[in-house]
Amino acid sequence: MNKKVAITGMGIISSIGKTVEENFTALTEGKSGISTIENLETIHKEVIKVGEIKITNPELEQLLGLSPDNNFSRTAMLGAYAAKQAIENAGIVDMNEYRTGLISSTSVGGMDMTERYFYDYFEDESVQKYITAHDAGDSSHKIAEYIGLTGFVSTISTACSSAANAIMMGARMIQAGKLDRVIVGGTDALAKFTINGFKTLMILSDTYNTPFDNNRKGLNLGEAAAFLVLESEEMVQQQHKKVLGYVSGFGNANDAYHQTASSENGEGAFLAMQKALKIANLQPSDIDYINAHGTATPNNDLSEGRALIRIFGENTPEFSSTKAFTGHTLAAAAAIEAVYSILALEHGVVFPNMNFKTPMEEFDLVPQTTLKTKKINHVLSNSFGFGGNCSTVIFSKN
Amino acid sequence: MKNCYINGMGCVSAQKTFESGFLEEIHLNETENVLFAQQPSYKEIIPPAAIRRMAKGVKMGIYASTQALKEANLEQPGAIITGTGMGCTEDSEKFLKAILDNKEEFLTPTSFIQSTHNTVGAQIALGLQCKNYNFTYVNGAVSLESALIDATMQIGNAEIDSALVGGIDETAAHTIEMFQLNNSIKKEEDKPYRVIGSHSKGVVFSEGAVFFALENRQTETSYAQIRDVFTQNILNPNQAQAFITDFLTQNDTTIDQVDAVVLGYNGDAGFDHFYDAAGSVFEGIPQLYYKHLSGEYNTASAFGLWMASHIMKNQEIPAVVSINDCRKEHYDTILLYNQYQGKDHSLILLTKC
Repeated sequence: MNKKVAITGMGIISSIGKTVEENFTALTEGKSGISTIENLETIHKEVIKVGEIKITNPELEQLLGLSPDNNFSRTAMLGAYAAKQAIENAGIVDMNEYRTGLISSTSVGGMDMTERYFYDYFEDESVQKYITAHDAGDSSHKIAEYIGLTGFVSTISTACSSAANAIMMGARMIQAGKLDRVIVGGTDALAKFTINGFKTLMILSDTYNTPFDNNRKGLNLGEAAAFLVLESEEMVQQQHKKVLGYVSGFGNANDAYHQTASSENGEGAFLAMQKALKIANLQPSDIDYINAHGTATPNNDLSEGRALIRIFGENTPEFSSTKAFTGHTLAAAAAIEAVYSILALEHGVVFPNMNFKTPMEEFDLVPQTTLKTKKINHVLSNSFGFGGNCSTVIFSKN
Repeated sequence: MKNCYINGMGCVSAQKTFESGFLEEIHLNETENVLFAQQPSYKEIIPPAAIRRMAKGVKMGIYASTQALKEANLEQPGAIITGTGMGCTEDSEKFLKAILDNKEEFLTPTSFIQSTHNTVGAQIALGLQCKNYNFTYVNGAVSLESALIDATMQIGNAEIDSALVGGIDETAAHTIEMFQLNNSIKKEEDKPYRVIGSHSKGVVFSEGAVFFALENRQTETSYAQIRDVFTQNILNPNQAQAFITDFLTQNDTTIDQVDAVVLGYNGDAGFDHFYDAAGSVFEGIPQLYYKHLSGEYNTASAFGLWMASHIMKNQEIPAVVSINDCRKEHYDTILLYNQYQGKDHSLILLTKC
């Protein structure tokens, strides 16, 4: 029997809100955060839509109270903002009172600054401070510094499944008794690098993304950060902590099919869900809600749908992708969706899969398209990334 | 708790380490501030078309991982866990340059696809058709150590029997220029470059890929047992000694029981005092270094672990890696300490099988 891993706090900033409450309100009121780019210079401005956080970098610096000579990338700022909320929510006052860790994740780290100053570095000394802000680990160091954490700090980058893997590693370290509590999640800022990358792969939608719809045209990129505080059962009892939910199962598998495309039968996704259910000691029928990866690319939704059928049969529990609200926030996606999964547990609601009209011709899966109230004990959340990286995390009430 | 043994290794580095053997042919550098990894022939293990497409880091990673698995006689590792500080720098730069130079037009996806940090782990999985656990850690100088913590935890907990763990970092032209600009890389006028007794700032920058085949059982090819791995993001210089002694205490090991200590000296006068402080704990004990051979990069500590593992197996310390003249009759316990620019401190405790 594995040790229980409690979730005692969470924080989030996304295009649908800069607090957990704002995100919940948007999800229940069907308010999408997909819009036209304002904070980033790109020639694709008018042709794509994104889940952008309408707060500029100077505004973020102010919100965080950073000094003018700081060298935080936008990725680090978003992460610091969400992590701070999470620890406040968990009621942590003395950061280093117990063995506390931080496991963050990001896909491009400080690329937002690198792409801005790539050539300027050689002309303008005042921007050289951002050279060391490029690597992924720097964003985690900044977050740790901002929340005053000394201890285990690491970062995972497995593309779009990254944050699920951060949750997984955090849960393992609690179970192994290596940490008493750990802040886990991910952060990614919009960047020309990723916008153009996905554009060349021809999987960016020119309109609002429509997960699991037969006529889906691709994804909207987004930016976000979210963190959870995980604590051991001993910590919870000792400090009479309020528990928001538990990480009850997790699994990671590799599709071993293609560097960017998912296999036709969703093998990696199937294996990840199977492992997670086994660790949680649950049957597929115990799952009350699936927060799908559902990026709205032709390839993902077909592959994931087939994997869902392999696990759950044609009668899947209610499932939805929340990416029509937030866009695909890459390494942060699994973290913001973890927050949404916990909100689903807490409030007993299934969030709608917006923009869905036509069922896919390959199967009969129909996502939940309206807000639905039901008792929810277990939520399964999927996240898949480049390199065949497939991850599933199960969140449970008890 | 199951034990975790290093049963196979593969090493591509600035030295000729890609064949089996241990530092038989050494090149000591004092004049280059960037050392490029010596490249093996890839055509035996990677199809020619793929060789042209793949960045150096991916090729080095595939080569070193193949060697490690072969030596351990392991076909399907229970997990593939990589660490890389900077990731696929070559392809990232290539794609970013194309974006900037062509004003976001006329782009092709290849370099973007290969730019994700988990490319090496993914390509190894693809080659082996390995559907198991596949993680990539990207936290500066503890990227490899994070991967080791993950692997030893899962092997210890009997979740898996084996893991393929490696550290990979590649150089790329623009990144080198940026690191020269902010003085992370030593200046020309600081020649000759020395790692011990250096008075200049910055490092001799390098690259490499080192993989380890880890298993829960001891075999004929076993090098050493990984007893424990510990990391911490920051440390005050005056805490360095306690950092080490606390770790040893937790592992029921006294200072006297440590037969050799491997220190990550990189010749950066701004930060090598951490190693001086650590070394002062181990007076009269063999102290070793390696970055004069490997150069410095985020996962250079993998070279240190590769070296320590060889020493454990051979029970002999090559003179070229010794800081002091101390020798022991047996090398049963070796401690490794590394940090970079005062961040990402790590300790690895190895014991004889």
